[in-house]
Amino acid sequence: MAVKTLTINGEQYSAQEGESVLSVCRQNKIPIPTLCHLEGLSTVGACRLCLVQIEGIPKLLPACTTKVEEGMVITTSNQKLDKYRRMIVALLASEGNHVCAVCVANNHCELQDLAYEVGLVRVRYPYLFPKKSLDATHKEYVMDHNRCVLCTRCVRVCDEVEGAHVWDVAGRGIDCEIVTGLDYSWGSSQTCTECGKCVMVCPTGALFEKGVTVSEMEKKKDFLKYIITARQKREWVAFTNE
Amino acid sequence: MSDTIQKPRVATAWLGGCSGCHMSFLDLDERLIELADKVQLVYSPIADVKEFPKDVDVTLVEGAVTNDENEEMAHIIRRRSKYVISFGDCATTGNVTAMRNRFGNAELIDRAYKELADLCNSVPNDHTFLASLREQAIPLHHLIRVDAFLHGCPPTPDEIWFAISELLQGRIPVFKTQFLRYG
Ligand code: SF4
Ligand code: SF4
Ligand code: SF4
Ligand code: FES
Repeated sequence: MAVKTLTINGEQYSAQEGESVLSVCRQNKIPIPTLCHLEGLSTVGACRLCLVQIEGIPKLLPACTTKVEEGMVITTSNQKLDKYRRMIVALLASEGNHVCAVCVANNHCELQDLAYEVGLVRVRYPYLFPKKSLDATHKEYVMDHNRCVLCTRCVRVCDEVEGAHVWDVAGRGIDCEIVTGLDYSWGSSQTCTECGKCVMVCPTGALFEKGVTVSEMEKKKDFLKYIITARQKREWVAFTNE
Repeated sequence: MSDTIQKPRVATAWLGGCSGCHMSFLDLDERLIELADKVQLVYSPIADVKEFPKDVDVTLVEGAVTNDENEEMAHIIRRRSKYVISFGDCATTGNVTAMRNRFGNAELIDRAYKELADLCNSVPNDHTFLASLREQAIPLHHLIRVDAFLHGCPPTPDEIWFAISELLQGRIPVFKTQFLRYG
């Protein structure tokens, strides 16, 4: 595979053809916040947190979906990018119902970590306090839509890794929601294998195990790395791309 | 008493919160003695002062703005304080106090006074002494200008001490780094 050379934040790097900008940055320890991206799942470019500036391109592009090209000049952080990232996290916080103090994922939540990473000291937008529901019909797990950030990681892991395709996305704009099957209860799903993969990859407290209380829901995502290498190389080891 | 006049005038106020932030403030323990040497506590739920005084240097405000009384108080605090600090998550995000926002006030009052009451399950008929609920509980900075935000539910005594120490040295505390946290 051809090697591409590119400039990131004024430094020279080389990358493999076909690699994403995000992957090069991760390998070289250049921090870029991400939310919808999860190594091992397909890439959707939905959350826009990983936006970077590329010289000669008027739009900001998501690092996770943009492939490297010879001679690219990339900026991963500046006042404008940092401001947009703060706005995105603030909008995510304001359009859900996030009460960290009483949340199962408190202190183990990627949305919280992002808020700290981007320096979200307060949310200026009005909080929408939407009327969202909670589905506790599953034997093992709960889906609390109040804390869902619509990253679709659950949809992808269930479809691409477990092969069950229990989840889907329904509705548009502010009414957009993750649904089970054709929008029936999770507990009545004929396809869910109860594997728990969706719960583990969910970045927030939206998906959690029954029986956990405040701050107890820690997500373990390492299984994905093993499954991916097992499928590709027939070896039970974790891949080490990042 | 001339020396007390020179000391910074500090106030703490309690709007729509559970008083947990104030409990954490009391957990400063022996540092309270040091604090008493350095500042004059001119108004606080833990001090018996009836009216919010004028010319306050710093006010820590616990709780969301959840009723008309909180709203009036917030405006008084802003007018009479040099620095206003949101004290804890309820003041900063609405937090637990704002969980009621998804329900209507009538529904909420029925639930509190009728459905969940053990005795005399009826809505109090003489409301005049009760503050009336706003449609929604909101964070303090959505109503008045706020100068700094002290996070946490509640903020720890160390975080409170850091905030006060910074303010006493004339700096607006920045909680961006190690003290930025929710929950
Ligand atoms: S999901 Fe994360 S941000 Fe939302 S309430 Fe829970 S801990 Fe807070
Ligand atoms: S538990 Fe497994 S099969 Fe069921 S919805 Fe989640 S990922 Fe899909
Ligand atoms: S439930 Fe979790 S994983 Fe699924 S879209 Fe919502 S936040 Fe993402
Ligand atoms: S991580 Fe790239 S768009 Fe979400």
